[in-house]
Amino acid sequence: MSRLSTKGLTLGYDQRRIVDDLTLEIPDGSFTVIVGANGSGKSTLLRGLARLLAPQSGAVHLDGDEIHRLRSKEVARRLGLLPQGPTAPDGIVVADLVGRGRHPHVGLLRQWSDADQAAVDQAMAATGITDLRNRYVDELSGGQRQRVWIAMALAQQTSLLLLDEPTTYLDIAHQVDVLELCDELHEEHGRTLVVVLHDLTHACRYATHLVAMREGRIVAEGAPVDIVTAELVEEVFGLRCRVIADPETGTPLIVPARGRRARIGDPAAPQEAVG
Amino acid sequence: MSTPVTTLAAGSPKEPRPAERLLRLGPSIRIRVHRRSVTVGLALLVAIVAIGVVTLGTGDYPISVPDTIDTLLGGGTPIQHFIIDTLRLPRLLTGLLVGAALAVGGALFQSLSRNPLGSPDVVGFNSGAATGALIVLLVLHGSMAAVSLGAILGGVGTALAVYVLAMRRGVSGYRLILVGIGMAAMLESVNSYLLTRSDLNEAQSAAAWLVGSLNGRSWEQVRPVALALVLLLPAAVRVARDLTLLELGDDTARGLGVHAERTRLAAIVVGIGLSAVATASAGPIGFIALAAPQVARRLTRAQGPGVIPAALCGAMLLTASDLAAQRVFAPTQLPVGVATGVVGGLYLAWLLSREWKKGRG
Repeated sequence: MSRLSTKGLTLGYDQRRIVDDLTLEIPDGSFTVIVGANGSGKSTLLRGLARLLAPQSGAVHLDGDEIHRLRSKEVARRLGLLPQGPTAPDGIVVADLVGRGRHPHVGLLRQWSDADQAAVDQAMAATGITDLRNRYVDELSGGQRQRVWIAMALAQQTSLLLLDEPTTYLDIAHQVDVLELCDELHEEHGRTLVVVLHDLTHACRYATHLVAMREGRIVAEGAPVDIVTAELVEEVFGLRCRVIADPETGTPLIVPARGRRARIGDPAAPQEAVG
Repeated sequence: MSTPVTTLAAGSPKEPRPAERLLRLGPSIRIRVHRRSVTVGLALLVAIVAIGVVTLGTGDYPISVPDTIDTLLGGGTPIQHFIIDTLRLPRLLTGLLVGAALAVGGALFQSLSRNPLGSPDVVGFNSGAATGALIVLLVLHGSMAAVSLGAILGGVGTALAVYVLAMRRGVSGYRLILVGIGMAAMLESVNSYLLTRSDLNEAQSAAAWLVGSLNGRSWEQVRPVALALVLLLPAAVRVARDLTLLELGDDTARGLGVHAERTRLAAIVVGIGLSAVATASAGPIGFIALAAPQVARRLTRAQGPGVIPAALCGAMLLTASDLAAQRVFAPTQLPVGVATGVVGGLYLAWLLSREWKKGRG
């Protein structure tokens, strides 16, 4: 039994079902990446796993407890989350923003301690932003800013970390930078990571466990080398392609076909609901 | 220039100091304090004391500063006692408390709606309070106490209606403001209708109430506001902690263990409570709820609602406005609501223009 899992989980907004009767176990200590086309329900699933969305039926279990029966601070002490497009208030300094990550650990009766300061310092060191600690967040580049947000989630000191499309809006160098950082957090710090990614090749490079979704269901899951084939990509993304071995890492590399024949029709699904 | 080296040694000029600092109050008690907030808070306190001394000591019967302090401490002549204890002190205290209550209500609402325009007076509370008061004044011909009650009912009723109408899977700041502005416009036309239907004398006293005034306030007005602040200020400080995190976005805040909807509801209840009590005591004084939290936030450069600096700033702005309203056109006494618009508005405009010149804001 893994620490984070779902059983028969159905998620949606109003009448619309986005994740449908989904059962998933996040392997402990894994770097799990969830992939799928727009509207496949991958971000919705992540929001469900992070307790942001109440299930219409089924449940998410964290350490054996139903996550929606736990108090929100209790969850925040065990599971960290970086949502899509978080907003930094005007004029906030890096160290102060990272310090917000300590919120689940401090309270009216338990004030800021040396342990809290140490957690913030460690989080900034791990993400390589110690030198930026006194800079305004709104002056930083997109890549630096993403590191700051990851540091905030790290300051929460949870061994489970959920990241929703952490590489969106970043150029290729910064995308790799953020993913290498994630890999480090997984390898060296032994954290369990669950990350939603758009880029399948990136996903194959870094994931130890890949979950491919389509229309709110899991199409395939497992190690990327074992499951990623041209047929799977076609089924999940509706894209004709070749899958070859990445010359750098040996993991699957997706090479899309050219021309109109590349698309074999939209893999259904309306626009993904995010927010 | 001969001293470029020292400039370099001082470090990058753009590098600010960490805004928060650990304050050790003992071996195990540590609080993170925001440096500028403490400085600004102390400066505001000094300003409030200065305004208070001038307010108590000046007027038709001037009393010197030592005599004023002596009277406050129990000395002084009977006439000085009467003037200070019965006439000037309750008015000053009402101004301080009402200013603080309005400002905190505004701070909570602005943070909640993530919009500097989201203060209770903009999103319909004041219009609703005015409608309630006008109905009691012009239709039911009630007493002043009944007018206060009508104002509270009108304001709270409007706030509830705005909240319910803006609710859809939780309240978003945007919808709250849009629905509130729509509601305010509707109620304003009701208010105008009520005024045009009434006779001239009644309309005049109603118009005076609508501006908001501290004239002739006695200890009876001080007590309820003081009690409300004692109860609601700690609640505001508590809810402000979570509101600060909500400013990072709902999902981020919830990921950090904040109960978003509960926090918003609590902020609305506390904010409306403070605004209601303030309006009942002094009428719908405009602009304090809008300007005081903004002025405080710009002075402290802190994150979140900043309840205590906002409260001090509101108290300072309202008492300064009242002093100006009493003295500038003496012997004519202006209602304080006229002055708050001018004082608060000018100060806010000055701060904004200064920030825009610096390219921030």
